[in-house]
This record gives sequence, structure tokens and C-alpha cells, in this order.
Amino acid sequence: MTTAAATAGERAGAVRPATMAQALGRALRDAMAEDPTVHVLGEDVGTLGGVFRVTDGLAKEFGDDRCTDTPLAEAGILGAAVGMAMYGLRPVVEMQFDAFAYPAFEQLVSHAAKMRNRTRGAMPLPITVRVPYGGGIGGVEHHSDSSEAYYMATPGLHVVMPATVEDAYGLLRQSIASDDPVVFLEPKRLYWSKAAWSAEAPAPVEPIGRAVVRRPGRSATLITYGPSLPVCMEAAEAAISEGWDLEVVDLRSLVPFDDETVAASVRRTGRAVVVHESSGFGGPGGEIAARVTERCFHHLEAPVLRVAGFDIPYPPPMQERHHLPGVDRVLDAVARLQWEAES
Amino acid sequence: MTVQELPGAAAYRPTPPPAWKPLTDPAPLLPDPEPYRVLGTDAAAHADPELLLRLYGELVRGRRYNTQATALTRQGRLAVYPSSTGQEACEVAAALVLEERDWLFPSYRDTLAAVARGLDPVDALTLLRGDRHTGYDPREHRIAPLCTPLATQLPHAVGLAHAARLKGDDVVALAMVGDGGTSEGDFHEALNFAAVWRAPVVFLVQNNGFAISVPLAKQTAAPSLAHKAVGYGMPGRLVDGNDAVAVHQVLGEAVARARRGGGPTLVEAVTYRMEAHTNADDATRYRGDSEVEAWRQHDPILLLERDLTGRGLLDEERIGTVREAAERMAAGLREQMNADPVLDPMDLFTHVYEQQTGQLREQAARLRDELEAEHDESGAEERR
Ligand SMILES: Cc1ncc(C[n+]2csc(CCOP(=O)(O)OP(=O)(O)O)c2C)c(N)n1
Repeated sequence: MTTAAATAGERAGAVRPATMAQALGRALRDAMAEDPTVHVLGEDVGTLGGVFRVTDGLAKEFGDDRCTDTPLAEAGILGAAVGMAMYGLRPVVEMQFDAFAYPAFEQLVSHAAKMRNRTRGAMPLPITVRVPYGGGIGGVEHHSDSSEAYYMATPGLHVVMPATVEDAYGLLRQSIASDDPVVFLEPKRLYWSKAAWSAEAPAPVEPIGRAVVRRPGRSATLITYGPSLPVCMEAAEAAISEGWDLEVVDLRSLVPFDDETVAASVRRTGRAVVVHESSGFGGPGGEIAARVTERCFHHLEAPVLRVAGFDIPYPPPMQERHHLPGVDRVLDAVARLQWEAES
Repeated sequence: MTVQELPGAAAYRPTPPPAWKPLTDPAPLLPDPEPYRVLGTDAAAHADPELLLRLYGELVRGRRYNTQATALTRQGRLAVYPSSTGQEACEVAAALVLEERDWLFPSYRDTLAAVARGLDPVDALTLLRGDRHTGYDPREHRIAPLCTPLATQLPHAVGLAHAARLKGDDVVALAMVGDGGTSEGDFHEALNFAAVWRAPVVFLVQNNGFAISVPLAKQTAAPSLAHKAVGYGMPGRLVDGNDAVAVHQVLGEAVARARRGGGPTLVEAVTYRMEAHTNADDATRYRGDSEVEAWRQHDPILLLERDLTGRGLLDEERIGTVREAAERMAAGLREQMNADPVLDPMDLFTHVYEQQTGQLREQAARLRDELEAEHDESGAEERR
């Protein structure tokens, strides 16, 4: 989308630093400009531009009908989105924080997730549910939940999570274009992360459901997503001095799950650690470890390990550093991958 | 403490409900079209001077508490503070109308109500400082944990009041919620349960005009929030939320009605959020200064002060004494909050279940090892 006022640089797709929040906003804007059935609705998304400013400017550009401040009721927001989608619109709803999406759970699980199936394909629901995800921002109680395990345990929902500025744009565009409901989890602590990025000529993205190798390596594979990607990248750098060359796989989407990319990596390295900030027990890591083991058993030199948040309610901000998996815990897990057998 | 250890648990037999005739005429349930006021009306002359002075002292103290807490966010001593500046009349009156045995169900914005009820300000603020989710024992103070998920505290208040009624206890629950919160399903379910069960509960909606950036007009199409009571079969009362005397009177009547078995009441107090939603919010994005200025003329302290001085109940000297007391409270709070809270990381695992699970014991041991290693390392660093 270029305007007459756009500079030559912009028309050529100038690359400049952008935050993840800006890239997400741009994805919404471009989707709305391209498709008049795309509607954004949620709490404070209009005049304020969202508490994380992702929807900044949309109400101004497209009007209150396209970007709507709703009454404060998440079940109402998602239920209305279901109805709008039933009538041919493509709603993108914003939940203000992950823990505040819980009132919408019934609409999501009983309706959004099941409508295609219960109507035998007659009524798919192209709804995107954007949810600011996870912790690490010093948020007080109920502002730092990890809720992906609930969603990925619900057949019928896609669960997508970007970890880079470029993916934030591409994955959100793909999610909005999807004819299935997508829970789109936005890592809060990456909202202000910056990368060189071209708003005018964003790189093409693959369809949702493809993992990507962020760092090739030979010693072991770190399997991760969202806010834990930067942690794993840092751990991989730190591991060099320990003599480990770690591969890092960014899942990008939990549902669909890219078995192919993950298994190919683990077959190459023979060792794997799953890293995420959500609780370990009943968390995504268990599913991932099982899938890797089922596919790569004969290539594995050690059990697949998990580094996860503790099995506790998210702690107060002054204690959250103890809870969140950091570089040291990742390296510690790597060290436990039975290297003795190597020598 | 386990549930069985609670006093009286073994001897419990449900008490039958009070006699009740369903209302067929909705007229008595309807709120007056204009918010009820005392200050500046003839009714003010009949108000008890002692109560007025007490309210005044609490308002001044409450305002100072709010400004001090906001200052603490700038000094990094609070993670966030949702101020109730401008809403002190509601906060204070909610606390004062309750007996010691009654229960208060506050939201995140209502730490002042808890403080006015007698809770230590530091204990009220731990949620917002970020060291403990709840800094006090709710049973000891009969103040439920400050509630952040909107309106979810309301069904709890109904359940607690219902339980008290079943136990034959003379206890009322007062639950606080914002105008935005009235859009949530839990608000409606709570009101319906309360009316059907005739639970001794009072719902106080502080209509401060905004839910973060969203004005009331986008929240409801009803003539008032108090009108919502009628559909559930309970009275709705509309009151000027900046008139401390009026709020105190209306809430007092609702509490008395609940106590004598008359059932729940919904009170809408019309007030204004003078500050941004929290210190992290930028209110200039959605409202103009002129609106805020207009409300400054209707400040709860100003209204009461004008009335009291007009009637000779308050002079410069007394005002000075009240302000000094508020300053002392603020200085004490400042000093206490300047100390770093002592935190035990092992706390993370202590209160998840009554019996710690094997997994949690393992995780606690791992964290302890990590911290010891960290400690050894920093010790080595210092020796170097
Ligand atoms: C279920 C839920 N959804 C969203 C939020 C995020 N949120 C926190 S405060 C707030 C506005 C609440 O407005 P109102 O009820 O009028 O109370 P006020 O903050 O004005 O006191 C919102 C949307 C929340 N805390 N809980």
C-alpha cells in the first residue's frame, strides 16, 4: 500500500527498524485495506489504539465500524465474532491480556473451535483471536499467564506465536487469511523488540504451520517458540565456549505442528531440549517431547529434556525472574544430555 | 488452615431463608432519575456533625494516600497504581458503612476502601508493589483479595453472603465494581443469584466515566447503570458519588436492608476518575482537560469542606489538624515503602497446594541449588 505522499524510499521498500507491535499493527492495517470484511474489535482498540498500541490509528483510518471499542465483555466479544463470521465477515478480536481471555473460553471452545466440524464443513469461522501472551514485563497478578496449552488441547483451533518482527507481520496476515479460527499469541515482552524490517515490501511468509531453523548447529536442538526464542539464541551463543554447537528451531505454530522440520533437526543432532515459559506439567513440552521421541527414537543419544516455567501460579513481578526459564537453565539442560557417551 | 478447622464447621446446619413476597410492581425498584444528593440541599442540616467530620478526615487522608501511592510509582516503589483520586467518597463510605463482621470485596482500584477499613496501607499495596498477590489474611480483615479480573469478585460476594445467611450469621457483603465491569457476564450472573437467593449483599458500582479509554456511552445503552437492578428484581439506587454524605447514607440503607433479610441492592455512584487509568496510561489520548477541570469543581473534599465551613463545623485550624494527620500517614507509608520487601523465593512453591506435590518439591530443590550457586559465584566475585 503506497500513498502519493510516500517517499521514494518507502516505495522501494526501505528497510528501517520496526517494533513487533508496529509490524502487527501494519498487518492489521494491510489486511483491512485489502479485505473490507476484516473487522477489528476489542477493549480499548479504537480511540486508545489498544493498551499495547497495536491497533493504533486503525479506527482513524477505517472508522469505528471497522475497528470497534466494544463493551467490556470477552464472552460477548468472541460470541459476537462467531456471529459476524457466520454472516461472512472476518473478525479479528483482541483480548487485552491472556488471563482476561478466560471469560471467552466457552465461546472459543464450544463454538469457534467446533463450528466447522459440527456443520460438516458448511460453516467455517475465519476468526483471529489476538492474545498478548506470557510474562517478563513486570506485570502484576493476572497479567502474565501462559495459556497456549489450553488452546492447543482444543481440536479445531490453530495456535500461532511469532518470535520475530518479520514473523509478527507475516503470521498475522496468514492467520487473518485462514478460514479456521486462529489463536494468535503475541509475546508481551517482545512487543518493543526491534528489527530492521520493510513495511512496504514485507518478505513473503510461508503458510502457518511451518517451523524454521533460526540457528543451524550440530550438537543438540533447542525447540522453542515465542518469548523463549531470544533466550535460546542467547544460550546457543553462550554454549559455543562450552564446546556445543546448538541448533535452534522456532516452531512459530503449535497447531499445526511441524513434525517434519523438528524431527529432521533432531535426527541430525541426536539431542533435544524443549524450552517454553508456560508450566512444564501438562505443558506443550510434553507433547513435543513425545512426538520427537516417537519419530527419532533411534537417533536420540539422550532423553528429550524440557525447560519450562515452574508448576505454580504465575508469581508476583518481584519473583518472576526465578520462574522464567533463562539462559542458565537452558545450558544446564544441555549439559544433562548425556555427553559422557561421546568420549 | 483446612476447611474442617474453621470454627463451627462440624455443628453446621443450614438456616431456612427469611419469608419473602416477590415484588409485582417494579416501581419501587427503579432508581430516581437524578443522583441522590445531601450536600448543598436542605437534608445536609440534618446530617450528624460527628459523621461529617469523620468523613472529612477520611477523605483528606484518602486523597493523601492516593497522591502518595502515585508518587511511589514514580520512585519505582510500586509497579503500578490505579488511583481512586476523585472517588474517595465512595471508597471511604463503602468502608465506614460496614460492621466489623461484614465483608468487603474490593477491585484493584479499591485499596483505599481496604485502608479506610483499617488495613495497613503497605499490606493493601503489596499486589501493586509486586511482592505478594495478597498482602493480608482476608479472613482476619474480612476483606477479599483485591480482584483484577473484572466483576469476577461479585459472584464470590453473593456466595459468601449466602453462606453467612445459611449459617444464621448476621453478615453483609459489600462488593465494588467499575462501570466497565457491569458489562461482564459475571456482573449479571451475580445480580441474578443475589436476587434469587435474596442474599445479604450490596453491589456498589463506581461509575467513574471510563473503563480505561472507553466512555460509559460505549458501555451501556441503559438510562443508568442502576436501572440494571430492576430486571433482576432488586432495587437500584443512583447517588452522587462525590457527595460522601449521600453515598454513606444510601449504602448504609442498603446494608441495613440486606441485614434485615430484605435482599440485595445495586447502588450506582456517579463519580469521575480524575487520574489516568493507572500511572502507565496516557489519558490525553481519549479525553480532554476541560472535562477533568469541570469535575474538579465537584471534588468530594471540596463539597464537604464547603458545607462544613459554611456551617461553622470546620475552620482553618481544624483543617490544618486533619491535613497534618494525613501527612503523617503519608510520611509513614513513604518510609515503609522505601524499604525493599524481604522475599523468599521458596515462597513460590509453598502455597500451591496444601501438600506440596513431588514435582514441586523437585522444582523447589532445583531453584534452591541455583540460588546457592548464584550466591557462591557472587561471593567469589567479591573476593576477587
Ligand atoms: C475480565 C477482564 N477483562 C479485561 C481486563 C483489563 N482491564 C483492567 S481495568 C479495565 C477497565 C475497567 O473499567 P471499570 O470497570 O470502569 O473500572 P475502573 O478501572 O474505571 O475503576 C480493563 C479493561 C480485566 N482486568 N479483566
